[in-house]
Parts: sequence; C-alpha cells; structure tokens
Amino acid sequence: MRRAVILAVVTALGAGLLAGCAKDSDEPAGSSSKAGGGGGGKGTTTLTVGVFGAFGLKEAGLYDEYMKLNKNIVIKQTSIERNENYYPQLLTHLGSGSGLADIQAVEVNNIAEITATQAGKLVDLGRTDGVQKDAFLPWKLAQATTKDGRTIALGTDIGPQGICYRKDLFAKAGLPTDREAVGRLWAGDWNKYLDAGKQFKAKAPKGTAFVDSASGVMAAITGSNENRFYDKDGKVVYKTNPSVKQAWDIAAAFATEGLTGKLQQFTPAWDQGYANGTFATVSCPAWMLGYIQDKAGAPGKDKWDVAAAPKPSNWGGSFLTVPEAGKNKAEAAKLAAWLTAPEQQAKLFAKRGSFPSAKAAYSLPAVSGAKHTYFGGAPIGQIFSEAAEGVPVQIIGPKDLIIAQNLADIGMLQVDQKGRSSKEGWNAAVKAIDNALDQ
Amino acid sequence: MSMLGPGERPPAGHSTTAVAAAPSPGEEGAAPPLAPAPSAAEERRRARRSRRYRLDVKWSPYAFVMPFFVFFLAFGLFPLLYTGWASLHRVELTAPTDMEWVGLRNFSRLLEDEFFWNALRNTVTIGLISTVPQLLMALGIAHLLNYRLRGSMFFRVAALTPYATSVAAATLVFVLLFGRDYGMINWTLGLAGFDNVDWQNGEWTSQLAVSTIVIWRWTGYNALIYLAAMQSIPNDLYESAALDGASRRQQFIHVTVPSLRPTILFTCVVSTIGATQLFGEPLLFNGSAGATGGADHQFQTLGLYLYEQGWVNLHLGRASAIAWAMFLILLVIGAVNWLLARRLSKSA
Repeated sequence: MRRAVILAVVTALGAGLLAGCAKDSDEPAGSSSKAGGGGGGKGTTTLTVGVFGAFGLKEAGLYDEYMKLNKNIVIKQTSIERNENYYPQLLTHLGSGSGLADIQAVEVNNIAEITATQAGKLVDLGRTDGVQKDAFLPWKLAQATTKDGRTIALGTDIGPQGICYRKDLFAKAGLPTDREAVGRLWAGDWNKYLDAGKQFKAKAPKGTAFVDSASGVMAAITGSNENRFYDKDGKVVYKTNPSVKQAWDIAAAFATEGLTGKLQQFTPAWDQGYANGTFATVSCPAWMLGYIQDKAGAPGKDKWDVAAAPKPSNWGGSFLTVPEAGKNKAEAAKLAAWLTAPEQQAKLFAKRGSFPSAKAAYSLPAVSGAKHTYFGGAPIGQIFSEAAEGVPVQIIGPKDLIIAQNLADIGMLQVDQKGRSSKEGWNAAVKAIDNALDQ
Repeated sequence: MSMLGPGERPPAGHSTTAVAAAPSPGEEGAAPPLAPAPSAAEERRRARRSRRYRLDVKWSPYAFVMPFFVFFLAFGLFPLLYTGWASLHRVELTAPTDMEWVGLRNFSRLLEDEFFWNALRNTVTIGLISTVPQLLMALGIAHLLNYRLRGSMFFRVAALTPYATSVAAATLVFVLLFGRDYGMINWTLGLAGFDNVDWQNGEWTSQLAVSTIVIWRWTGYNALIYLAAMQSIPNDLYESAALDGASRRQQFIHVTVPSLRPTILFTCVVSTIGATQLFGEPLLFNGSAGATGGADHQFQTLGLYLYEQGWVNLHLGRASAIAWAMFLILLVIGAVNWLLARRLSKSA
C-alpha cells in the first residue's frame, strides 16, 4: 500500500512538475479565463500586455480607464526591464507560438525586423475596427506596414528631440539662456552646435563639459537624416553613406575638441553627471525629460531648460502588436486600437512625456498646451510637435539597432573615452558590425 | 573518491525499501492467521508476493531517482544536444525552425574570429587573476577561522554573505566604487595623490576590477569549504607536530596543506569552471552597453561573447558553436586536472 502511494506521489510530482512547465508557457496565451462561477456570473476576459521598461500605459492609468469602460475586460501587464532582454524573448515566443501576451510591445529599432520576418505571426491591425490609420504620422504607420500592405503594429510614441541645456552653466559661459535665443544659436546646422560648444569651452566653469557624450551627438545627427544605415532596397550602406559619415565626423570633433564629458549614456556615471551638473547640454527626446528630472533631482529644477535642436530628429518610440497565437485576438486588437488612439496618446504624453505618434493628437490641448514645470515651464508640446512634424521619413532596416549600438558603444566610445583617433574608432566599429551582421 | 560516495548508497536504499515494504505482507497475511497447510492458491500468492518484492527492491530506487533524470533529460541533455545540432547549422533567432546545414563552418570560423580569441584570452586572464588570489586568501581565512575564536559562528556566516548576495546587486555597488569621476576607489587614490584611474576603459584595470568582484564573492565560500576539510584533519597530527617543535606556520604548511590536497583540487576545478563561464559580473560592469565588454571588448569573456552572438546579434548557430567550444575547453581543462590529480596522489 504505502509503496504504491510513494510511487504515485513520485510519479505525480514528476509529471505535475513537467506539466507545470508546459502550462506555464501556455498560460499567457490562453488567458481567456471565464470567471463565471462568481457572484454576477458574467464572463470576463483577461487581456495580457507584454512590455519592456516603464512603458507608461499602466502608469498613465490607461488600463484602469479601459477596464472601467469595458466591465468584461481585465488587463494584466508583464514587464521586462530592458528591451535587449525583452526582444529576444519575444522572438523565441513568436517562433514557438507560445508564452505570448495578447498584446506585445516592440521598440522602433526592432520594428523593421519584426515587420520583415514575423509579419505572418501578427494580426493585421490595419483591418481592425476603430483603428484610425490617418491619425498617425505617415512614416510611423509605414514603418510597421509590410510590402503587401498589412499593418502589423500600431505606433504608441515617438522620440522627437530637442536640446536640453543648463541655463546656469550657459550664463557662466557667456551664452544666451533664453530658449528662443539658444535655439537660434545653432538653428539649422549641427556644425553650429559644435561652434557653440567651442564658445562654451572658452569660458566654461571648471569641471564642466558642453555635452555629455559624443555618442549622444551622433545619435541625434543620424536621427535627423533621411538615410542612415540602409538604402531603399534594403542594402546595408552605412559604410559609404555620406550622412552617416557627417554625423560621425561632427561627433568625433566634439570628442577631439574636448567638449564632451566622456560619459556613456544610461550608465551610473551618466546619472552622476546629471546629479552633479557636469555637462551643459544633452540631445533629449521627449521621453528623456522625465529621466533628467529623475536624475538631476530637486537641485536641477529651473536650471534645466529645453530648446529646439539644430535639425528635427527622432530617437526611439514604440509599437503595439497583437500575435496571431493569442486566444483573444479580437479583444486585444480592440484594446491596441484604443490605447494608440490620439486621445489616449495625448494622455500618455501629459502623464509620462511619451510624445504621441498620432498627428491628430498634436492639436489636442493636452499636447499643444503642455508646459514642463521642471524645465522652466518650457512649452514642450509646441517644441516637440514642431520637431515631430519636421522629422524626415527615415529608411529603417532590420539591423538598425546593432549598427547603431556598435557605432556608439564600440567606435565612438573609443574615440570619446579612450582618446583613439576618429579613423581607429571607425575601423573598430566597422569590424564589430561586420562580425555582428555575418550569419 | 567522490564518485564512490553515491555508489555506496544502493545497499542503504535496499534496506529502507525493505523496511517500507515489510509491513504490507503482514497486513495482508492477517486475513488467514493460521493456515494449516499452504494451498496451491497460497503458494501462488506467495510466489507473486515475493516476485513483487523482488521487483520492488530492484526498481523502486529507479523510480525515486527518476524525477531528477527526467528533468535532466528535459532541461540538461536535450538543450545540450540541440545546441550541438544547432551549431552545425546557419540558424537565426528570428526564424529558429529555418535551419541550413553548414557542417563545421561555425567552428572553423571561430579559428579566425579575433573576437572569439580576444574573449578567450580575457577569460583566461580574468580567470587567473581572480582564481589564484581567491583560493590563496580562502586558505588563509580558513586557517584563521580554524582557531578557537569567540563568535566563530558569526565569522563563518559573515564569510558566506558575499556569496549569498546576488551578482547584480554586488556588481552595481562595485560599478559605483570603480567609477571614474565619483568612485570611492578613485577618491581614496586621490587622497594619496594619484590621478583618477579610468577603471572601465583600461585593459588591465577593467579586468582587475571584474576579478575583484569575483574574488569578493567567492573567497568566503571557498574558505568555508577549506574550513570544513580542515576540521576533519585529526588533531593528533597537530599534537605530534607540536611535540616535534613545529610552529603554527610550519604546521599549516606541513600538516594542513597536504591534508587538504583533495579539497584544494576540488576547489580548483570548481573555480576554473566558474571562471570559464564568467558572465554576470562583466555584463553588469559594462553598464548599459550590454554584452560588448567595453569599448575595446577589453573585458568581454567567452560567456559574454556567446550571449552577444546569440541574444544581441541573434545568430543561434554561431552562439551554439561558441557554447560547444566552451564545453570542449572545459573538458580539456578537466582532463588536465585529472592527470594532475593522479600525479599528485601518486607522489603523496
């Protein structure tokens, strides 16, 4: 008797644990839980949303609002801190058709690869009711539309850039502090930004630099060019593209002229730079304002301001997709459409500073009238709207992220932090990219 | 030695199952208490029972160890074999089912892949400058802990706390300590009149910093292993050594260290495996840049390079080849170690 029991327990344990694994990966996909046994007996549908980082949808209260509007829907969010961990997992889940949330977010640097390689596994949101295709910036919509016209993702935010600058440091260096005048200082030309840097350096307070990092400058300039790393036919052309070369040269000049704080963005040292006020400017997409406010803290209040960038430029932004493998595709598509509608995007901007990708939102008062108190009451709605409308329609390719990352974290970082020559840095980056792109 | 341990278990296993099984015949046998003569039916029942008993003794242990091996097959062996299969293909994470046979191409290209050799070199140097001081320090600390100490339990627990800390938390703190502009180490050096050291960007400085984290985490752990081994050294050896006039230091060198030889070998093997797979510390030491291991790949280990190929560049086939190369390197190290151990035990 006892022996049988032990055997049964062992088998059950083993089987149960194994089954548990299978169940685990199924659960997010098969999340239609009919909780009908309770009081009201009404069926509810649980929708899961998979995002990376502090995506903002939840934080801005959009889920709560949707659940209030649709009593039969329960929304649950799972978040993975970093996109570099989130994205490979999303790919493996799409590959196996399991473990997927009903809605999955995708970062703009990955959208070309998703559109090119995973379109068959994603719902065509262009045909979903309630999706206002005309509301989006045309290029944002185009980025998630396949060659045969399926729109597999809806844009949430974009990253139009301004230049955030420290008024107190500008004043000490004899530069103008008014945001209009600061914008005029470098309007239309990134070289003028470099000149302003030289001017700043001549009279800069000790221990301060003009800009945080050369890589940041490079990202801003490449973001303002129509052509970057790929040409229209999808060929990798960054090596010969004059606009990439120009971005590289100007950024390298910042490094060799000693205008940078020799920092790497999103590292603890960079955060300390904000906290200690050791650099005067940084090219900041709309979503970075909150970050600066966080890191510079109370002492930085009213010292930071934001001006227009030399040229309109974009950095970052995200999309929402609905995987075909989900069990609540129809409901999920409805939710995705609602979350990316102009009104909701305006709310996300008001609460979180993520700038709408829906053009229709720019005229809404929540955007057009937005002012940022931390940045001296800067009219950020107006500044970033203007930038957003001027951003060129960029050709994006599947490996944009890898190319950009290696140019910044290998090549430009060597020039900036290790004092290598511009040529050495470039060669190192090219070598690393060649190795990364080679299958 | 250690392989004999589990091998000696089966007899013990037998006896426990026998005990567990013993009551059951008794229970069933209670129904006919005093059978005058064993009938044919009874014979058969007895035969069946004894057959069941034999089967039980023979197979139950397997059932008990099954769960582990089922898990091992599912999560250990299968991934290993699948990785080997994938390493012979061109396969991308964007389409994992779309495999193209390339034979040993992924391995042969490693031979001319300077990033691979750079990572291998870094792994070896970081491994050496972390493992050697770590084991020496662990030995010293274990020796000290072996003295009669007040609050010895406290010190033992304290020695183990770094090991219990998560790599992520520890590394984040070390990143701050090793910061270029506001790091505490540079601040201290500054007090002594040195310039700021750019820990992360120098080749040696970054490797030193990474191995510091490793040393900090694992020294206490190894010290406790040594301590446990030291406490099993018979006291008579020390007494007779003391009678012969050996000092504490001489006792350590001539009694403790030779008796610890197998343990030292064990920690060497474990530390070498750990060093070859070094991943978390260098990954997090790089802040946001991910798996590059610094602007110049100056502290990119094999583990990081594998991760970069697989999860950043999404080349599953190439990453699998690196994983298998690492496995083969470990096998070689294991073989060398085994030869060394045999040589040592012969000479002893």
